Amino acid sequence: MGAGTVWGEAMKYMLLIYQNQATQQALSEDPDGVVAEVDAIIEELTGSGEWVGGEALADASQSRTVKVRGGVPAVTDGPFVEAKEHLAGYCLVECETLERALEIAARWPDARYCAMEVRPLMEPAGMEM
Amino acid sequence: MTTVAPPVEDLLRELAPQVLGALVRRYGDFDSAEDAVQEALLAAAVQWPEEGLPANPRGWLVTVASRRLTDQWRSDSARRRREATAAALVPPDEALAPSPGDQRPAGQDDTLTLLFLCCHPALSPASQLALTLRAVGGLTTAQIARAFLVPEATMAQRISRAKQRIKATGIPFSMPPEQERRDRLAVVLQVLYLIFNEGYTASSGPALQRAELTGEAIRLARAVHRLLPDDGEVAGLLALMLLTDARRRARTRPDGALVPLAEQDRDRWDRASIEEGVALITDTLVRAPLGPYQLQAAIAAVHAEAPRAEDTDWPQILALYQVLERVAPNPMVTLNHAVALAMVRGPGAGLELLATLEGDDRLAGHHRLDAVRAHLLEMAGDHAAARASYRLAARRTTSLPERRYLQARAARLADGAGRDPGAGAGVTRGGPAP
Repeated sequence: MGAGTVWGEAMKYMLLIYQNQATQQALSEDPDGVVAEVDAIIEELTGSGEWVGGEALADASQSRTVKVRGGVPAVTDGPFVEAKEHLAGYCLVECETLERALEIAARWPDARYCAMEVRPLMEPAGMEM
Repeated sequence: MTTVAPPVEDLLRELAPQVLGALVRRYGDFDSAEDAVQEALLAAAVQWPEEGLPANPRGWLVTVASRRLTDQWRSDSARRRREATAAALVPPDEALAPSPGDQRPAGQDDTLTLLFLCCHPALSPASQLALTLRAVGGLTTAQIARAFLVPEATMAQRISRAKQRIKATGIPFSMPPEQERRDRLAVVLQVLYLIFNEGYTASSGPALQRAELTGEAIRLARAVHRLLPDDGEVAGLLALMLLTDARRRARTRPDGALVPLAEQDRDRWDRASIEEGVALITDTLVRAPLGPYQLQAAIAAVHAEAPRAEDTDWPQILALYQVLERVAPNPMVTLNHAVALAMVRGPGAGLELLATLEGDDRLAGHHRLDAVRAHLLEMAGDHAAARASYRLAARRTTSLPERRYLQARAARLADGAGRDPGAGAGVTRGGPAP
């Protein structure tokens, strides 16, 4: 019903993982540590029945941007070459509250280096108004 | 389950809690017993349509589930050695015959005991819903996962975790003590209503199977009503579900678009459901102490009894909301109260009441507040402000059909279409009980 904030019904949230220079540095200094940290969180969320799914993205340099203007498609490399922060992956969780989703995001290592964005998913169902 | 003939499925779902109750009473291990019953149900779903119903379906399920349970104990070496010994002592013949405890009509009471167990306050709401549907409703994990739009592994984990928690906290399989029963029943009703609402949300496409949940919630509410016929809130909840579900066919267009209450084709409402709901709530209101579910059912009954939207008895609905607001104060109730007030005393009065909600944290940023404000502003003829509120609500909702509906309302005003005096009528059915 899209009213999770009022009745504490579980809602799906996407945690968008953003990375920057600081992340790259942390990953190059202690890659195993970061991976272990992430694995532990995923294991815990799987155990609690909150984990829905997640994927990591290839480096932003492997990205292509497609635009169609006047019916003509144009493909360029990367999203924005000058961008300091890039989307690096996502997790999908189902939580009873927004606060819980924020708590998970805060524990994700990327939150320390760059940022996590927490966004509710749209539901395919709704109430008559 | 789709491959199983409906009569067999109905029978299995009805027997599920009774069989589980019998097993838990006999062996004590809720977690393993619940798994064993699921396996027995699956076996029956395959065998019965092929080979015909056994002479004693319940006895068959108890026997098969008991065997699974003892098999599981035997194969589970170290940790369960003690129980395995005890289980192996039960001779097969005895397992075939129902034990004295299974004979009593307490098979029925088990449904209620199980509901209290699955809706224990120590479990999270998501776990309560999932466990109730599996252990009491007899649904498979796959069905529950589909209905809640999560992967099966996620749902399996949620159920398993709930069962571990029951074991860890030592929640007994018994009726709660008399002094706790009222509060515990309130949780059970809340869980049933959440299940109902999950299924009631109008949808199209792959989510259509969520409608199963509505039927399941009504079936369980009926079962509780049969067991506790004198409880006014149980009757009120069942009536509310019946009266709300009666609008199912009218509340969406074939393309999945939402139709507000005021614009629904009332010929498409389910008359049988309405008659049953109205009779139930009418009878309950005269004999039981008043409660929020009864009041909401009474409001739904007033809507259901209006042949056309413009015939709605708004003064009566307003009076009912005033009582509801005293019995169960809640910002969602105030929202709906504001709509009723606007329909009786004009949009200005409704907007004034709405203004009292502005500082309420529970509604901060909630799209329903913006949606109701938009409707009332539209009623008042302030189209520019109404349009802005519709757009804000459309941005804030997390429901695709609601967003589409709100965007359409905003676009209609942008086109300079005339005002619609009944615009606010539909928002009264705002959501579940406090």
